[in-house]
Amino acid sequence: MEIIQIVAISIIAVILAVVIRQYRPELALQISVVTGLLIFLVVIFKMASVLDALRTFTGRMNIDTVYISTIFRIVGIAYIAEFGAQVCKDAGENSIASKIELAGKVIILVLAVPILMALMELIMEIIP
Amino acid sequence: MDVNVIFKIGAIGILVAALYLVLKNTGREELALMAALGGLVVVLMMVIQMIGELFDNVRTMFQLY
Repeated sequence: MEIIQIVAISIIAVILAVVIRQYRPELALQISVVTGLLIFLVVIFKMASVLDALRTFTGRMNIDTVYISTIFRIVGIAYIAEFGAQVCKDAGENSIASKIELAGKVIILVLAVPILMALMELIMEIIP
Repeated sequence: MDVNVIFKIGAIGILVAALYLVLKNTGREELALMAALGGLVVVLMMVIQMIGELFDNVRTMFQLY
């Protein structure tokens, strides 16, 4: 039951952060960053098994590995951008957070272009 | 899971806050500021290491290079 551990750690961290925020707001922000990192690390190691299963499955189904690795990359970029944006929002910098989200969207769009091109090629082949 | 980091940061925060108040009330404003900055730098070092670890993990897992 890792969810109990995660919730317990979060409650302790929130209490510490609220106590410290009155005196040192910047250290309270660090506490919230570290808590987010810990939870993220726990969850991401759980996700590794799912990713391996997906990878072996696509290997058996003869799907081009370029597509599946692009999808994994997009998911990773989305997680990192979300993490950075949340940290900025915690610190009250909403404008930088929205810029991080914009950058994540643009980078994902750039990564998705090869898949889009492959789809277009397929359509061009089907329609004479 | 390395929960100790949270407690470490909390302890440093409380310590720095107390030190800041004591130094400020004794009239040493510049030392109080230095104590606050030092605490911030120490905590930042720990947090930056953890963020690097997270980025490495995500990079290897999702094959981002």
